[in-house]
Amino acid sequence: MSTLLKNIIRFIFFILFQKFILNEVPPLHQFIIPYIYFLFILWLPFSINRLLLLFISFVFGLTLDYFTGTPGLHAAPCVLIAYIRPFLLNLLIPQETAEQSYVEPSHTSMGWAPYGVYVGILTFVHHFYLVLIEWLQFGNFFYFIGKVAATSAISLLMIFIAEILFTRKAKFRTNK
Amino acid sequence: MKNIFLFIQRYFTFFSFLLLQVFAIILLSSSSKTHQSFLASGANEVTGVINHQYSGLRDYFNLKETNRQLAEENARLRNQLADNFLIVDKGKKIFVDSLIRDSLGRYRKYTYLPAKVIGNTVTLQTNFLFVERGINQGAKKGMAVYGTEGIVGVVVETGPNISKVMSLLHRNSKVSAMLKKDNNSGSIEWDGTDPSYLTLKNITKSARVSKGDTVVTSTYSANFPSRLMVGTVAEISSESASNFYTLKIKTATNFSSIQYVYLIENVRYSEQVQLETNPSKNP
Repeated sequence: MSTLLKNIIRFIFFILFQKFILNEVPPLHQFIIPYIYFLFILWLPFSINRLLLLFISFVFGLTLDYFTGTPGLHAAPCVLIAYIRPFLLNLLIPQETAEQSYVEPSHTSMGWAPYGVYVGILTFVHHFYLVLIEWLQFGNFFYFIGKVAATSAISLLMIFIAEILFTRKAKFRTNK
Repeated sequence: MKNIFLFIQRYFTFFSFLLLQVFAIILLSSSSKTHQSFLASGANEVTGVINHQYSGLRDYFNLKETNRQLAEENARLRNQLADNFLIVDKGKKIFVDSLIRDSLGRYRKYTYLPAKVIGNTVTLQTNFLFVERGINQGAKKGMAVYGTEGIVGVVVETGPNISKVMSLLHRNSKVSAMLKKDNNSGSIEWDGTDPSYLTLKNITKSARVSKGDTVVTSTYSANFPSRLMVGTVAEISSESASNFYTLKIKTATNFSSIQYVYLIENVRYSEQVQLETNPSKNP
């Protein structure tokens, strides 16, 4: 399957999964809404153009926003993590090896520890920014802190489970 | 000038990032105010279709709960019907319990209580239903039982939380009923054969009956409120030796699929039954 087609399917899948399953789960607590939809952005190929990455993320976030009826709320954090992503990848992966030979970030291409840091930081940033925007609208500091912590923790747990359940085949780059 | 272009070119990604951020924030702040945001109508059209499909799917899982709510709501509404209240005869002074008094000066006669059917048979000669409402929840012996489409039976035994209801499909069941058209009354029984047909006996031959006529509970019944649906006339048979018709009635209630019923309490039930059963000593 081509990378483009795979990512289009992922796009649709993550949006629908987030909207119709995770957002529908009866909340355990007011702090906890699990988010894993942004995994789509994390899984985009290494080689993607930075500008394109930003625009794809924006459209992706906005799509979810139109489902939840809050235009801009998810788009802003998506664009933020899309902007940070290349810097983080540059820091975390050893040059010459991973980026050269693998198509997209995964624990097999980067190793568990760097990949964990990569996912962890971007998850936290995403949630921090998302909840910050919410907080600026409604305002309550403990709500803000609690929600960032709880939501990040739950989301990370779910991403971890997703990584274990759905092993992506680490595709090597080929010279075609 | 050249330097400015170089600068922009160099940080183009960063600028587009900022631009998108600002755009998102503007979108967010304006959408919460105007509801007329960028692309909103077109996008809502698309998401609306998907949401509709999804809720259609999800409705199936909520059917049970929805049913329960509707049954409760119906019971509440039925309790407000004017038929449940009697107008007091003011010619005589009587002591009244203020608890059952309505602010219009009328008294409640019937109370509807919803109940879930947890056991039901239609195939035996003596069919009973079990409903989830007992003495603790206000069920009493002799209460009438009404389904959503027509009458079902009479409560015959009550446990603390569960009651046993004698279905109309019981050889000993007997309910007073009348033709809706001209109020000729008779009694509803069951001949033990087909669970979707009852027998209405003792309708005088002076009544003009035709197929399809509606049969409702009579005004004489002690436990049933008057004019509840029983069924429709399916077949008329008259023997020349008798002065009465025997009518085959198609039941309004589908006895094999009853899920929720109402127990109907008549406040004056015991009074009426006592008068009916005890013959007066000084005629």
